[in-house]
Amino acid sequence: MASMENIKKENDYILEVRNLKKYYPLSRFSLGKSRAYVKAVDDVSFKIKRGTTMGLVGESGCGKTTVGRSILRLHDITGGQVIFDGQDLAKIPPSKLRKMRPQMQMIFQDPYSSLSPRMPVGEIIGEAVKEHKIVPKSEYRSHILKVMRDCGLQPQYFYRYPHEFSGGQRQRISIARAVALKPKFIICDEPLSALDVSIQAQIINLMKDLQERYGYTYLFISHDLSVVEYISDTIGVMYLGSMVEIGDKKRIFDNPMHPYTKALLSAVPISDPDVKMNRIILSGDIPSPVNPPSGCKFRTRCQHCMDICSREVPKLKEYEEGHMVACHLYSQD
Amino acid sequence: MTTEKEKITESNVNGNNGNNNIELELEHNFRVISPGRMVAKRFFKSRLSVAGLIMIIFVFLFSFVGPLIVDATWGYKENQVFKIERVSDMFTTADFTGPDGMKYTYYDKSQTVITFKAPPSKDHWLGTDTSGFDIFTRLMYGGRISLVISFIVIFLETFIGIIMGGLAGYFGDWVDLLIMRLVDIFSSLPTLPILLVLSATISSIEAIPPEHRIYYLMAFITLLGWTGVARIVRGQILMLREQEYMMAATTTGISSLHKIFRHLIPNTMPQLIVTATLGLGGVILYESTLSFLGIGVPFPRAAWGSMIALADPAKGQDILANYPNMWVPAGILIVVTVLGFSFIGDGLRDAFDPRMKR
Amino acid sequence: MGLKNFFERKKIEGVDNTMYLTLREERRISKENNRIIKYYERQKARKNVPEEEYLTQMRDPNNVVEFDNLHTYFFTDVGTVKSVNGVTFDVPIGKTVGMVGESGCGKSVTSLSLMQLVQAPTGQIVEGSIRYQAGDGKCYDIPKVPKDRMLKLRGKEISMIFQEPMTSLNPVFRIGEQMDEVILLHEEGATPEIAKERSIAMLKSVGIPMPDKIYTKYPHELSGGMRQRVMIAMALLCNPRLIIADEPTTALDVTIQAQILELLREVKERINGSIMLITHDLGVIAEMADLVVVMYAGRIIEKGTVREIFHDPKHPYTIGLMRSKPSGKLKDNRLYSIKGQVPNPINMPDHCYFLNRCDMAMDICHGEYPKMIQYSPTHFAACYLCGESSFPKNDLAKE
Repeated sequence: MASMENIKKENDYILEVRNLKKYYPLSRFSLGKSRAYVKAVDDVSFKIKRGTTMGLVGESGCGKTTVGRSILRLHDITGGQVIFDGQDLAKIPPSKLRKMRPQMQMIFQDPYSSLSPRMPVGEIIGEAVKEHKIVPKSEYRSHILKVMRDCGLQPQYFYRYPHEFSGGQRQRISIARAVALKPKFIICDEPLSALDVSIQAQIINLMKDLQERYGYTYLFISHDLSVVEYISDTIGVMYLGSMVEIGDKKRIFDNPMHPYTKALLSAVPISDPDVKMNRIILSGDIPSPVNPPSGCKFRTRCQHCMDICSREVPKLKEYEEGHMVACHLYSQD
Repeated sequence: MTTEKEKITESNVNGNNGNNNIELELEHNFRVISPGRMVAKRFFKSRLSVAGLIMIIFVFLFSFVGPLIVDATWGYKENQVFKIERVSDMFTTADFTGPDGMKYTYYDKSQTVITFKAPPSKDHWLGTDTSGFDIFTRLMYGGRISLVISFIVIFLETFIGIIMGGLAGYFGDWVDLLIMRLVDIFSSLPTLPILLVLSATISSIEAIPPEHRIYYLMAFITLLGWTGVARIVRGQILMLREQEYMMAATTTGISSLHKIFRHLIPNTMPQLIVTATLGLGGVILYESTLSFLGIGVPFPRAAWGSMIALADPAKGQDILANYPNMWVPAGILIVVTVLGFSFIGDGLRDAFDPRMKR
Repeated sequence: MGLKNFFERKKIEGVDNTMYLTLREERRISKENNRIIKYYERQKARKNVPEEEYLTQMRDPNNVVEFDNLHTYFFTDVGTVKSVNGVTFDVPIGKTVGMVGESGCGKSVTSLSLMQLVQAPTGQIVEGSIRYQAGDGKCYDIPKVPKDRMLKLRGKEISMIFQEPMTSLNPVFRIGEQMDEVILLHEEGATPEIAKERSIAMLKSVGIPMPDKIYTKYPHELSGGMRQRVMIAMALLCNPRLIIADEPTTALDVTIQAQILELLREVKERINGSIMLITHDLGVIAEMADLVVVMYAGRIIEKGTVREIFHDPKHPYTIGLMRSKPSGKLKDNRLYSIKGQVPNPINMPDHCYFLNRCDMAMDICHGEYPKMIQYSPTHFAACYLCGESSFPKNDLAKE
């Protein structure tokens, strides 16, 4: 009975990432043992519930994009498991993986380089639909046109080329391409950062509408905390390849525990000239991931750095229900 | 439930219920230049590329339409011998020492009748050559063979280059290593000496008629020439592979074959057209060189290179000094053709390159 | 494939080819552009322009720069793009003016016009003036200043900080060399030793640890935040009276952005200069600016003090911009979004440019472009919505 329950619980999560590691060797042809690595993602674990949105925040170079690409196996991973709908993606052979690809899609950051310049819009959206036979041939055109309408694209755009569109429209095309494959899970890799503020709001709303209508699960990768706060249910904060804090949106924003999360939250400029906030200004830059600090990676910029921080790597521990932090400030027992 | 949602999306997304007319009006006000026209516009902006285009059109008309006209009006053929008799003064001098020990010079003036090497005339605009062929007509036929050969060679070179470069660039790893080393080997071979040797070898094989020799040699040039194209294609593909739309193609699960032929190759096309155009001039030069050395197009047939070879100083200064009508036009045509292709190639490169947009 | 498309095109309703210019229209545009460009280029190429021609008087001596009805157009292949279309605003001494707007609204072109850096020959200042009060008390009308004179103003009195610090530093020279060059170029009697000393002191003053070490490094060896600090140090080298910061923090991370903004504020206090801060981030504006200018499609649609703009925005675009930024307050509601797209600034009809995206459009809005209406000594907006000026003209002395 217990095991049955377990299975059911497991099924609630569409994606589980366990101890994901992705190291890039620094020199390709070095002999001997002393190979140096860039630890782009170092032991990251999280789960995403079906139909929810998880936000992944962090500064550039913290490995959030690498996490996204590792999940989709756009490159091989060094270690760990990516369990999608009960299957370990890291172990699936490439031909089978290709068949599974329509189920998990990605929306890219740069709407200018993510659309092939020599294909008309209809074909960009429909190419993979044809290849995977998502819909019967007779319904192909109506399916594509429906998807385009869902994403706010006029049917007459079907034969136009991407260069004729603005950034916001292109991002809609990009979303339509993902949605046309009827996916379950969509990774959004900074989909808003190249767009204007007024267009950002349109795209956020579009993504929310689509989620409500079709029940997509999103992994929303962004550096913009206010957007993540708006769209996510759970939030993971990354720093230099590691997850430092993860939890429900409300808990993270109301009660940030990790000093980095606190600094990150306080650094967001507020659109009100009269609110002067106590900003925690972090000193220094993000250390190089080639040679990260020992122990806690954040200690070089942390105000509360203690002796133990340089010696031991803090573990991610649950302090409240659904709120995990990796910091020595809170007891590690 | 769904309908309500739909309404929300519709109104938000298309959102211009009341303002549809304005939206349309704005869209009508803003129009763009179609990409093809943009390229054409930039191409024709440059005087040099227009000059190149005119040069090449001229050479094409000259070589392909010209022979038809000549045939129709005068009935001249490529290998038709015209015996035009003309009286020519012949001077001979000789030095000898007389029996008296003095030096004497012997002068003899006689008249002979020459049937070849006619000077330019109304019937033969550039005269005839040492074999009595009409030079003007042969220039046309020579151009024909040069252009046809160079187009075939470039087409094959590009074809092989795309496949090899595409494989190397897309699959990377050991495929890349293998193909690129092959490219290195091929491009380090000295072309001309090998061609000379090959030509001698082919001539000694009796099964191959001499008029087919040039095709074998050109096949060999193709075999050596694809390396340049392969390098360019590989470089382009390595660059394009990092573009996000290639990653998007992977995430949508598109097969490798489609990725190469529908995403990568079309995007390398502009670059390839440019290199191919620039390469055409090179092949024409090669063909001329071979013909000049006498190992290209065999004798009775016309080729610009072999026409220049008539003036080869090793065979005497006479033609070089006294009959410029035999070799200068062929030289000019070679220069015009090669320059024309270069100008067009440069013009195309600037036209295709969006960074050149002013 | 192309052929197939061509035939299938007609099957989908509403497809038309009107989006492409015809050959004749294209020719007409080219011809006209060539004529206009030639005229302006000839104007600029004149030598030995007398000083009287480009010296003028400021309207208010407390301003360092006054933009007056500035028009900067780009004569492109598809038509005339009115990038800056009648922009009027002042930059007072010692104040920070924030310019907000979406990409392509003309905010960057405005600042480039001030530097005479608009990309010629397609881009030309066709009308209006930019009055600049130089340190020597003279007042220049920038569009008329000849090129050689401009060289002395640029970099010394007005300096610029760009968005992408990697591309605005030359990758083949060391940081030190690039900084020294600025000093040697603009300061009379500067020796390499003095220059080096000044550069290192300046690097130190923008909070760079171990400045003598950074002095000998190449740009690629520094992080993004460091490079932006170096850019700011470079901008400060010659004691500028005005710093133009064009999206200075857009390429940076939030925590680094906080550092740089702090630095900019500090720097402004120190040199008592003015800053023109161009950004699309309302948060940054709220924090940094004293005065705000909101631009849309080449025109100023609202300007005022930062409090007026944020607490009492008048123009629907400003209001929409504020509301479309997600913040903690409206957690579960739908996010407000301004519908539609920014219109392309070619052949704009003569009505409010925001009309197609406006929620509150009225019949009058289809008429001519609304005039600037004054609401307070500093607050202006161009919209019919609030009717006639509620601010009596003779009340200027109040406040």
